[in-house]
Amino acid sequence: MKQLLSGNQALARGAWEAGVAVAAGYPGTPSTEILETLAPMPGVYAEWSPNEKVALDVAIGAAYAGQRAMAVMKHVGLNVAADALFYAAMTGLEAGLVIAVADDPGMHSSQGEQDSRRYAKFARVPCLEPSDSQEAKKMVGLAFALSEAFDTPVMVRLTTRISHSSSLVTLGPDRPLEANSTPRPYRIDAPKYVMVPAYARQRHPVMEERIVRLAEYANTLEVNRLEWGDRRLGIVSCGVAYQYAREVFPGASFLRLGMTYPIPARLVAEFAQGVERLIVLEELDPFLEEEIRLLGIPCEGKSIFPAVGEFTPEQVRDCAQRAGLLPVSPEPRAAPIANLPPRPPVLCPGCPHRPVYITLRKLKVVVNGDIGCYTLGFAPPLSAVHSTGCMGASIGVAHGVAKAGITQKNVAVIGDSTFLHAGIPALLNIAYNGGKTVTIILDNRTTAMTGHQDHPGTGHTLQGQPAPPVHLETLVRALGIRYVATVDPYDLETLERTLRAYLEIDEPAVLIASRPCALLPEVRFKRAPMAVRAEACLGCGLCLSLGCPALSQSATHQAQNGRPVAEIDPLLCAGCGICQQLCPAQAVSPQEGEEVRR
Amino acid sequence: MMRANFLVAGVGGQGTLLAADLIALAGVAAGLDVKKSEVHGMAQRGGSVISQVRWAEEVFSPLIPQGEVDYLLAFERLEALRYTHWLRPGGVALINDYRIPPLVVSAGLMPYPGEEVQAAAFASANRVLVPAMALAQQAGSARVNNVVLIGALARFLPIGATVWEEVIRRRVPERTTAMNLEAFHQGWAYIDERGLGWNGA
Repeated sequence: MKQLLSGNQALARGAWEAGVAVAAGYPGTPSTEILETLAPMPGVYAEWSPNEKVALDVAIGAAYAGQRAMAVMKHVGLNVAADALFYAAMTGLEAGLVIAVADDPGMHSSQGEQDSRRYAKFARVPCLEPSDSQEAKKMVGLAFALSEAFDTPVMVRLTTRISHSSSLVTLGPDRPLEANSTPRPYRIDAPKYVMVPAYARQRHPVMEERIVRLAEYANTLEVNRLEWGDRRLGIVSCGVAYQYAREVFPGASFLRLGMTYPIPARLVAEFAQGVERLIVLEELDPFLEEEIRLLGIPCEGKSIFPAVGEFTPEQVRDCAQRAGLLPVSPEPRAAPIANLPPRPPVLCPGCPHRPVYITLRKLKVVVNGDIGCYTLGFAPPLSAVHSTGCMGASIGVAHGVAKAGITQKNVAVIGDSTFLHAGIPALLNIAYNGGKTVTIILDNRTTAMTGHQDHPGTGHTLQGQPAPPVHLETLVRALGIRYVATVDPYDLETLERTLRAYLEIDEPAVLIASRPCALLPEVRFKRAPMAVRAEACLGCGLCLSLGCPALSQSATHQAQNGRPVAEIDPLLCAGCGICQQLCPAQAVSPQEGEEVRR
Repeated sequence: MMRANFLVAGVGGQGTLLAADLIALAGVAAGLDVKKSEVHGMAQRGGSVISQVRWAEEVFSPLIPQGEVDYLLAFERLEALRYTHWLRPGGVALINDYRIPPLVVSAGLMPYPGEEVQAAAFASANRVLVPAMALAQQAGSARVNNVVLIGALARFLPIGATVWEEVIRRRVPERTTAMNLEAFHQGWAYIDERGLGWNGA
């Protein structure tokens, strides 16, 4: 029976059917659900590692030990793991190693939209790209087989639209429970696995020769497919772009590449000779286009279709019409309604990050921020995050800003999961090099943005085992920081007093603002919602400067000054009480007897 | 063979993902090829979110081309306006009669679009405002307003209610099954009582 599975779910199922024994990753949209799906499957060890580099090292180790292994990450996670990718490409493995990477064309949830195929070529590892969920399941099995046949890591590249689209999948047989359960002796082979210069010099030619053999083998792969139709137009495509090609150019000829690195030279040449006009349709970089040109075959690609952003079917159609590939549509498409109020993502009602940001805004400090929900503090009316780059960047950047010297004070702001991912060495650096920067760890006890994954501070592992939760204060002190305090961000007065004190001392300090994410089941809807007494409200708008979705101007106006009074949506309010503490007229208080309404 | 494109629009946290799941699973149960596409991650934090579902004999693109949406299911009135241009002429818009002001509106910086804007926006489509919050409360909780809208949508499609009921039973937590089934029937009846929906032709 066929099941409706997302690309991520299907990839996890395929890895399980293929006998993956060890899988590791770090949460990152759009890749997160791969490990979440795999973790409960029998016979698999799966973990959230603190970061992607550790995850890939773990997977490499498992493959060195002779078990099929997989590392899972988003595209920018592969930057973190790049060091490991390159040595694994040099050493090869004892059993299959798959690196599942999910790119994010369009940057739905990312700071960039880099094309991971460049890494495949950079490290000389093959890259497979599914076009739907069924292929995601199939290709991960193919990836393990190729990895073992050619002694190389294999990348399976997904994109947001493949990861988060669901389509029908025919499942393979459940794998036998005893698969991969027997330990094997660790095979000692220093020239292959110890990458000192003398041995590495021997491995580099192996790697280069291997990719040549893979390119030849690519001509025979079933996932690289010629589909002859009308020979006037030939389209080379891959991934989800292939689906848009099928939608927009019915009847054309297609060369669907399931392996996008290395490309199959003979198939491409045969296709090019068989069609009048050769077009490459691929999201992001002109990767296939460049590879095809390197074969000496002329083609068109990014001169017609954009190299930035995510494709949409109508955009592909518009570009094709402009390039004369399709007749022009007689009627223009309807336009969107102009000037609608925008609705960007915002910090949730009750978010424990909000009080930290209003305090920082009040103290007029420069905030070097980081990656997570709390990045949303950049937006008005909070406007309290002034730089964001990559995981863990806040602390190093803040230290650099302070060492360069500015006229204001500055702080680093970083989440708990992000601190454990890449913040620790940067904080160690501040302590070691005489920095004085204040670092604020927003400790909401989870990896919130990606949907509440566990991390080394939460007390649980991905597979639900209890784990010793790292004690942030102790960890920070061990790095050499003497001033450390944990405060409840819902306590505005203590938060501000502590932060003011830390900004004045002549030493580095760490403020841990600790309070669980307001969406976690154990705290959600547990507090009574707040209500505004309209007759007491001054209409001053101070509460509206919180940027809380539960607060708005009501239709009622204040009798003396005519200003609109505030109101609170009881369905949205989480009862954090920050607006209550802020209100100069004591017009906000909890609604009695409302705890159980939700 | 039936084909239909569905766009589900709402505010992050409103239950659009479940609604899209139900539409997709109903299509599968009806023997169709189905693709569903959605957004996770940052956009879900109180921002505009959409999910898309396509039913056909064979679906290629998981994204619906603009102008080819047959059914727009909107969980909030402003979010319905954002996607009017995705509807095909004569398409159906089922809209929860509910307003969630975005921050620029609650801060008094922009007005929430008035009724005249909303009516004009759907001039070439069939717009049905559904009091889904009130109907959901009758079913037991305002939170099942998403399934009220599914019930309203189902009345427009030539698939029997029993198929939808089975899909709901499979998909929602067991302790909420009865409430969700009641919500489905509230939505179905709302359309039925007005003589709208599929007439068997």
